Amino acid sequence: MERMETVAKAIEVHHLTKRYGDFTAVDGINFDVAKGEIFGFLGPNGAGKTTTINMLIGLARPDSGTIRIAGIDCSSNPKAAQHLMGIVPDESNLYPELTGFENLCFCGALYGMAKQYRETRARLFLDQFGLSDAVERKFGGYSRGMKRKLTIAAGIIHEPPILFLDEPTTGIDVAAARQIRQIIANLNAGGVTIFMTTHYIEEAERLCQRIAFIVEGRIVRIDTIDDLMKQTEGRHTVEFAVSVGAANLCAALAVAFPSLQCQTVSDAAIRITSTEPVRIGLLLRFMEERGAEVSEAKKIRPSLEDVFVRITGIEAAEMKREREKIQKGAGA
Amino acid sequence: MKTWIAFWNILAKDMRFYYLKPPNISWGLIFPLAWTAMFFIRSGAGLESVPALLPGVMAVSVLFGTTSMLAVTVTFEKKGRSFERLLLAPIPLEFLMLAKTTGAILCGAANAFVPVVIAAFFTDLAGVNWARLIPTVALIAISSTFLGLLIAVSVSEVFEAQTFSNFFRFPMIFLCGLFIPVNQLPLWLRPLSYILPLTYGADALHGAIQTRNALPFAVDMGILAFFCMGLFALSLHKIRRNWIQ
Repeated sequence: MERMETVAKAIEVHHLTKRYGDFTAVDGINFDVAKGEIFGFLGPNGAGKTTTINMLIGLARPDSGTIRIAGIDCSSNPKAAQHLMGIVPDESNLYPELTGFENLCFCGALYGMAKQYRETRARLFLDQFGLSDAVERKFGGYSRGMKRKLTIAAGIIHEPPILFLDEPTTGIDVAAARQIRQIIANLNAGGVTIFMTTHYIEEAERLCQRIAFIVEGRIVRIDTIDDLMKQTEGRHTVEFAVSVGAANLCAALAVAFPSLQCQTVSDAAIRITSTEPVRIGLLLRFMEERGAEVSEAKKIRPSLEDVFVRITGIEAAEMKREREKIQKGAGA
Repeated sequence: MKTWIAFWNILAKDMRFYYLKPPNISWGLIFPLAWTAMFFIRSGAGLESVPALLPGVMAVSVLFGTTSMLAVTVTFEKKGRSFERLLLAPIPLEFLMLAKTTGAILCGAANAFVPVVIAAFFTDLAGVNWARLIPTVALIAISSTFLGLLIAVSVSEVFEAQTFSNFFRFPMIFLCGLFIPVNQLPLWLRPLSYILPLTYGADALHGAIQTRNALPFAVDMGILAFFCMGLFALSLHKIRRNWIQ
């Protein structure tokens, strides 16, 4: 672990490429993660997120490029820095026949922790993660949220300075997801560098200091949240809830106000975006004259999701569908 | 030291959750008993035939006791992705796989001595060369375990591992000189016998129990050791190629 104290960059990746036959899963990507940073890796399904994380942790061999973890070259020897890493995979893969306590102790033992120390740490984490009541229960009988929390605890039992989180909150309920986000924030506050992939743009926005957008194996943008959000400065968005006929209204608005961007959010909602402040009264009158009843008009704060859509060209709705698909799959 | 902590805990977990479960213990006892009874009745030669049957029954007990377990400890864990935890631990792959296979080796070797204990009640084992018998059992257990490992890492489903194991195991009962001497097999089958590790293990067992070995003890041991290393190296190669893509 001493090695981390002497390096500024926890992870350095140069020209990393991975092919499966003719398919290029990861195409010459470059990025680095500073020590103590939470770095988000965002992209749709099949973009290359898991392949990248697998190469970083040593579960996949790169075809070309270099990986340095805490300054250690892991490109040819993936085992070289595994003692510095904590890994939380996208699926909770602990042993179903072991209890929560036994699972944590076993994971500690894999990293060479002495019996008494790993048992103390296991009890501490079970307590901190709200799993004290399930200490003696077998992992196979845990709920999805409990499994996720225990999997995170297993990933950090050996106090790794770098933590890899693959979709940490996918498929779990809101309360458990909130707890996990708090755990991640606390770990980072304690100095742990975190590399996380996620489908949840709002989660990345809340937790990460920097974000990389990956699409079709290529990184299309890496920036801080603040710099990414600057892209939305000078854009004004208002959403109207209308009684009926959102599509027709949208078409009429587009003709009457060509400077406005109009899109239908649903059958009963329209979103107007403009580089000038939106004149709500004028638009309300226009819609009411066409027989539409407007029940609500609200200003929308631009989100990272908007930035993602603008940069990648991938609609946020598509990401949402993928999330739902994953959740359904996990629930099946 | 840290690697040994990991080694011991992997072995202890496998022993507790797989090998020392009642179904496996009963399998380890009933299977050798059934084989002993079957060949004893079939031979119809009375108690004097026990020393002649013992090497074959011991070898078959080790073979089945070891190969059947790897489908669970390796293929099943790989399928459930818990094996990834082991691959991601800072332990050399060679060491990790030795930890995963040591339980099978120990249980397989213990299985071999079940028929020995039974035989001790019916015949005089004073002529057994224990100094040769024990290393022979150990090498048969190691080579059979590594054969099971190679099968386990070559497939993705537990049922495939079981089926594929039988493809090797059942012919080995008849081809390796356990109950039918290799020189009594049809000429065209004999080359098959000599490419199977158990042939050399069975020969050494016959030598240790009845002094009826075809090859010198050192040759049998050397060839068995070569098979052990080859099977283990091939298994590691397959894991690196197929599981760390």
